[in-house]
Amino acid sequence: MHRLSEPTVAGSAERAAAGIQARFRLAYAGFGLDVELDLPGRGVTALFGHSGSGKTTCLRCIAGLERAPQGRLAINGELWQDSASGLFVPPHQRALGYVFQEASLFPHLSVRRNLEFGMRRIEPASRRVSWEHVLELLGIGQLLERLPERLSGGERQRVGIARALLTSPRLLLMDEPLAALDLKRKNEILPYLERLHDELDIPLLYVSHAPDEVARLADHVVLLDQGRVVAQGGLQETLARLDLPTAFSEDAGVVIEARVADHDDAYHLTRLEFPGGEVLVARRPEALGQRLRFRVHARDVSLALARAEGTSITNLLPATVQALAAADTPAHVLVRLEAAGTPLLARITRRSADQLGIAAGQRLWAQIKAVALLG
Amino acid sequence: MVPLDSVDLAAIWLTLKLATLTTVLLLLIGTPIAWWLARTRSKWKGPIGAVVALPLVLPPTVLGFYLLVAMGPHGFIGQLTQGLGLGTLPFTFAGLVVASVFYSLPFVVQPLQNAFEAIGERPLEVAATLRASPADTFFSVVLPLAKPGFVTAAILGFAHTVGEFGVVLMIGGNIPEKTRVVSVQIYDHVEAMAYAQAHWLAGGMLVFSFLVLLVLYSSRLKQGWRG
Repeated sequence: MHRLSEPTVAGSAERAAAGIQARFRLAYAGFGLDVELDLPGRGVTALFGHSGSGKTTCLRCIAGLERAPQGRLAINGELWQDSASGLFVPPHQRALGYVFQEASLFPHLSVRRNLEFGMRRIEPASRRVSWEHVLELLGIGQLLERLPERLSGGERQRVGIARALLTSPRLLLMDEPLAALDLKRKNEILPYLERLHDELDIPLLYVSHAPDEVARLADHVVLLDQGRVVAQGGLQETLARLDLPTAFSEDAGVVIEARVADHDDAYHLTRLEFPGGEVLVARRPEALGQRLRFRVHARDVSLALARAEGTSITNLLPATVQALAAADTPAHVLVRLEAAGTPLLARITRRSADQLGIAAGQRLWAQIKAVALLG
Repeated sequence: MVPLDSVDLAAIWLTLKLATLTTVLLLLIGTPIAWWLARTRSKWKGPIGAVVALPLVLPPTVLGFYLLVAMGPHGFIGQLTQGLGLGTLPFTFAGLVVASVFYSLPFVVQPLQNAFEAIGERPLEVAATLRASPADTFFSVVLPLAKPGFVTAAILGFAHTVGEFGVVLMIGGNIPEKTRVVSVQIYDHVEAMAYAQAHWLAGGMLVFSFLVLLVLYSSRLKQGWRG
């Protein structure tokens, strides 16, 4: 408790100017949460983990819907909870927006009245998010007079997000907002979430157990497992870490942000450039220069000592081995590579690793069998 | 020719007045009780719920007897009303109202409690994250969502009060225009062999009760369809 109240105060006050510091400890029968988060005050932070890892509980503690007996929470310098001094700001006095898994619109109110519900309850002077902008951003302008029961699942969720935004929150919390939707609806909403990220300067905490959503939206990621933080940091570095529990290594892979460099109309290919090199992918609709994220699974990366000739694999990157670690099965190892500043992970058999004599510092070629484009 | 005289009409008027007043009071008293019962995790939930439900199973005479004792000059309610300079309640219209409130309490509390429980936690949490204080949430979210429960509670409370007999006899006796309600008036007519008047009043009660239940059950069916 001491380190919460004394020595960190000066330090956190400085960082607090733009950041979220949270420390929660609570225990239920069969579940405990013990987390310490230090998150940037901007961009999208994903709380990522399997179900039961405590991500939703964590989010509820931040919202004040759950009261951790031991907790401290500061949002951009404003203290919302401090169990040491007994401070607990009730949820309705916290300037946050919360989007639940099911949109949870008030069934007795029209879309317009749902949207106005929160907006009317904040000071007119503190309305920084404009009505027109939100309607346009989420494409719900034509739904205003409908009742929630007349909306599709995707529309409902968009209204739920708009309703939260219209309270001009200092922090937006989303609890698996896409989990209850089918793939089609998900793809309908994801672009709206990306626009939020690009157009509004509201930090977003996003709970998800879907690696693709995280890879597509997040700038920063917190990995949770059994109520504890396993890793937190920037998206690229965190995903490329080797010291994560094996539960995550089945899905291991990195996310690379690239730029559309070139279209090859003859072969219907698009060349994507990033600091560590370039990859060819099937023709993309995006214009030249546009930014795109793609994911490279560790299991789709193989290693060769020399540049392979006579192979159908087109995407070869020169890389340096940084470290090796155990993978999810005893038959495999995870190799962390670096291609001119871009981290990569490869999952190869232990036998291959021994035969090739893979060791830190070695220069070799990473052969990328597949990339998953996000968006 | 309807053979009802002014005493009969006074009994009908008194019954409606009693049921209306009782219903209003019950909604005011029953709402916080039902809200507490629906939300609490206290160990007192069971005992309080059981006390509220007692009139469902007790013979009205038992309830009436205890209320009579309590409201009498030496009972705790009687001491209170005398202390306030109101005299004692038995054999007055006010006494009848108090007794009816006890007697019909479960018919109002239980539909409300069910309605509150059906709303669940989520809308309250949503309202909180949209800056609504707990009181604000109660009026702007809980009340509108529980509206069907309030309609049911009001109808049942009203109808049940109209139909009471035993408690009225114990507490109110049989004083024309003060405590003589329709059910007692019917009893009087039968005692006096005035079957024609008894028929009219009893038939009226039957039709009234049927209509009330018809409205209640049809509206429930409609809700069932929509939900």
